[in-house]
Amino acid sequence: MTPPGFVLRMAVRELRAAPRRLLPLVGSVAIGVAALVAVASFADNVRDSVRAQAQSLLGADLALTSRRPFTPVARGVLDSIAASGARVARVTRFSAMAYVPRTTGSRLVQIEAVEPGYPFYGKIVTVPAAAWSGLQEGRFVVADPSLLAALGARVGDTLSLGDTRFTITGSIESAPGNTGLRTALGPKVYIPARFLGETRLLGFGSRAEYAAFVQLAPGRPAQAVADRYRAPMRAERVRVRTVAEDRNDLEDTLSRLTRYLGLVGLVALLLGGIGVSSAMVVFMRQRRETIAVLRCLGAGAWPLLAVYALEAAVMALAGSVIGAAGGMAAQRALPRLLAGLLPIDVQPRISWSAAAAGVGVGVWIALLFAAMPLLSVRRVPPLAALRQPYESEGRRRLDAWGAAAALALVASCVVLAAWQAGSWRHGAVFSAGIAVALLVLWGAAWALAAAARRWAPTRLPYVWRQGVANLQRPSNQTATIVLAIGFGAFLLGTLLLVQANLLRTLRLTGGPARPNLVLFDVQPDQRLAIDRLLGDGGLPSVGPVPIVPMRLQSVKGRPVAAILADTSNDAGADDSGEPRNGWAFRREYRSTYRDTIVASERVVKGSWWHGKEAAGEVSLESEVAGELGVTVGDTIVWDVQGVEIPTRVASLRDVEWARFEPNFFVVFAPGIIETAPQSFAILTRIERAEDRGVFQRRLAERFPNVSTLDLSSVQQTLEGLISRVVLAIRFMAFFTLATGALVLAGALATSRFQRVREGALLRTLGATRAQLVRVVLAEYLSLGVMASVAAVALALAAAWALARFLFEGEFTPAPLPLAGLVLAVVGLTVGVGLLNSRDVFRRPPLEVLRSE
Amino acid sequence: MLSCASLTKTYASGGRPLTVLNNITLEVDPGAFVAVLGPSGSGKTTLLGLLAGLDRPTSGTVHLDGQEIGALDEDRRARLRAEKVGFVFQSFQLIPTLTAIENVQVPLELRGEVARARAVELLTRVGLDDRRDHYPAQLSGGEQQRVALARAFSTRPRVLFADEPTGNLDTATGATIIDLMAELNRDTGTTLILVTHDLELAARARRTIRLSGGRLVTDTAA
Repeated sequence: MTPPGFVLRMAVRELRAAPRRLLPLVGSVAIGVAALVAVASFADNVRDSVRAQAQSLLGADLALTSRRPFTPVARGVLDSIAASGARVARVTRFSAMAYVPRTTGSRLVQIEAVEPGYPFYGKIVTVPAAAWSGLQEGRFVVADPSLLAALGARVGDTLSLGDTRFTITGSIESAPGNTGLRTALGPKVYIPARFLGETRLLGFGSRAEYAAFVQLAPGRPAQAVADRYRAPMRAERVRVRTVAEDRNDLEDTLSRLTRYLGLVGLVALLLGGIGVSSAMVVFMRQRRETIAVLRCLGAGAWPLLAVYALEAAVMALAGSVIGAAGGMAAQRALPRLLAGLLPIDVQPRISWSAAAAGVGVGVWIALLFAAMPLLSVRRVPPLAALRQPYESEGRRRLDAWGAAAALALVASCVVLAAWQAGSWRHGAVFSAGIAVALLVLWGAAWALAAAARRWAPTRLPYVWRQGVANLQRPSNQTATIVLAIGFGAFLLGTLLLVQANLLRTLRLTGGPARPNLVLFDVQPDQRLAIDRLLGDGGLPSVGPVPIVPMRLQSVKGRPVAAILADTSNDAGADDSGEPRNGWAFRREYRSTYRDTIVASERVVKGSWWHGKEAAGEVSLESEVAGELGVTVGDTIVWDVQGVEIPTRVASLRDVEWARFEPNFFVVFAPGIIETAPQSFAILTRIERAEDRGVFQRRLAERFPNVSTLDLSSVQQTLEGLISRVVLAIRFMAFFTLATGALVLAGALATSRFQRVREGALLRTLGATRAQLVRVVLAEYLSLGVMASVAAVALALAAAWALARFLFEGEFTPAPLPLAGLVLAVVGLTVGVGLLNSRDVFRRPPLEVLRSE
Repeated sequence: MLSCASLTKTYASGGRPLTVLNNITLEVDPGAFVAVLGPSGSGKTTLLGLLAGLDRPTSGTVHLDGQEIGALDEDRRARLRAEKVGFVFQSFQLIPTLTAIENVQVPLELRGEVARARAVELLTRVGLDDRRDHYPAQLSGGEQQRVALARAFSTRPRVLFADEPTGNLDTATGATIIDLMAELNRDTGTTLILVTHDLELAARARRTIRLSGGRLVTDTAA
């Protein structure tokens, strides 16, 4: 029995000498742990911030919202809540054109008509500060600074909204929940609710959200009140939300974001694991003789394994602690990168639990990756001490322990991925993806070495043959290098492709001849005048597309109120106790009618009416049909301004929403709702941004109720948001790249001494420096090309899968960024290779050969 | 004390069996000083490895201090080595990351003993008391081999195996090492098995065994 004291003493003694040799291990672990800790700590901070700010985000204890004005019943409920000592502030939100006469600038804005008191929690900060508190005192507005900038306006200017002229008294510095996404459709403007009527903006067919915010008397639990009124209010199509429900929704959404970032971080750690493994292989090779001697002296195989496992653990711990510290520093960058996407202020704070988890995971993963090389301790025969170049027969059969280590590694990866992704399914898919990527890269490396062996290019000059032969020399690092470079390149390539594809989908809008300006809420009697305005300017006029607002009355014979009140339906219930698919039943449908099918839609079930007699037929978008649980042949009764219209579903359509065209959940066959009250959308295209501005202004002057939406600016905003997300993911991918570079450098450094000696030998035999450079060039050129080609192939497959299944769009490869990637990767590999070999070229051969 | 019977070792080399050691039978008395002589490839090192229990024979038996080594598994053999066997190698095989004194301590620590005093005593004995905290790389070849000797004797082994212990040393230094070994052999009664191809060294032994082509050719007592 080898005493435990010996194991400890040996481990401590070995550690004195080891740090330098195990530095690549420490580095590999550190970067991976840094990535994980950065994301985990950021996620913790996001959660804390959501908890702290949820109340001010909602602005009240309870919020009641509806897509139509509150019914008398709903108003009665509000009155009774108010009678119990609560404060109520009503807010109406809608879009309309704002116009500044002094600068003649106009723009689509999001108006919030607020009653005094709102928000009860949280603060809307304005410049000057008194602007908010004095808002209710007259025809005043406060507006987003972006609006003032866009219209060239300043505080004190007059702002026209519909028929009313307001005075701009301040600009909004911060308001809870103001995000880039919320302002995508236009800057925000607050006005006092009592002047809403006189603007006459809420004409027929305008989309507005009606909300009532409630601050309960102290001591009244919001959840109890919400639960009590939820059911009766649902029948009035009013949704009741509490702070807790809002907070849960927000936490869900944000944790999805941090989970994806976490998965990217996990890739860095796993790649670091490969670095650990390769560092351990080299280390154990160096310790081979020591192990053999200790075996001769009577040390058991397992205690020796324990010595080196202990050493690996200490180094992994050091790496993890360094990494955790680095991650803490790195996480400060994340809120800044995601600024404008997050509806909350994230305060970077040190999350000790995230750090501890990161260190634990780092040590564990490092040990699992180190296990295989460690197990080789048992295969070192004591005889190796007697016969120095004693090479074991090379039979590296996988024994039970090796298999157990491999299994533990795979299981740990799946568990970690599931933990990061928040679901077993996603964890398994992610692990499988990583496994496939590793297999493909490893296969590429194997194929490269095999090709070098099998088809050694005998015709090539010697230097090229030598370089290629190096790929398959004993204890070559071909696989490690291809994995290290390939994985980073794969991740980056996938990001490039996804970004290119997302942006291209958006840019389709900007294609020539596509409308880029939409005019909403055109009343029937304004159609001709607007057409004339367009015609006078020589502008195209697409449409008019009729829009008829309506609600669901009954589906398949069941009244909607009954469906909404029934919480036992298939889709289950959400926090507010409403069916998950409730929105589909509750929402206001803005439908159209037409005879033809348009380019952005496709019938997937049933048939289009194409001029046939189609009495009472409608076509539904396939996803909303799924939510409603209807298919071809089912009956739906619509409530169109109080008139019941029975219909039959004739077809289901797939719609490409991303194309920014007027698309509809519900299209009616001609001859059913032509006479219903309706408004129109007219599309046009104006090339230059200034011209669009001029046109919007003229329109706002003559038709204040008509809103125009500039698709180009929406597109710009969306592109900006996508770029931000991509930037954040790239920030995480950077960790993977850094790990890859470190693993590459580590792999190269291990063979450096051998190479310097070989180079010296070759030079002694008469090789010139130029020839040696070409040997190195041949080797790293093949490595770089192979790694980048495999990485690009993987990236194409991954981006295709993401486009197809996640973004549900078409996929087109982007050759230019990929070519750039390949060039960069090959350049990097060759560069690092040459740098690593500089001693080969520089040091005089005699010096090298003597310095045994 | 140490004996082997019909010892044969065959390696599969390139698909063809290669007999390195062929039917060796011999017996060594306690306290003996035996030299194993023979040219390169005659099977000297293989014989040493088998006698010391570093490897298993293809056929035949080895008895060390009454125990049949072939019947023990690797861990038991390791324990046997820790208790009864010492080694001196041609290339010294000191552990490069340990100081001189730590190298000497290792075998004792493997047996769970407090080793410091004994290690100091042995280093003094081989004349390296003042270099105890040096690393192997800071010692000359002769000094390294003296540390290795101290290490080999630290556990008072019953048998000491030495594989070309002077092969990497100049003649004068080699002679002092052999003197030291012979002295220790005399003082401690440790059986000494010395593998060499140096006839002069072999002449110091009290018994000489010659190998050739894996067979025992002569066995002569001085």
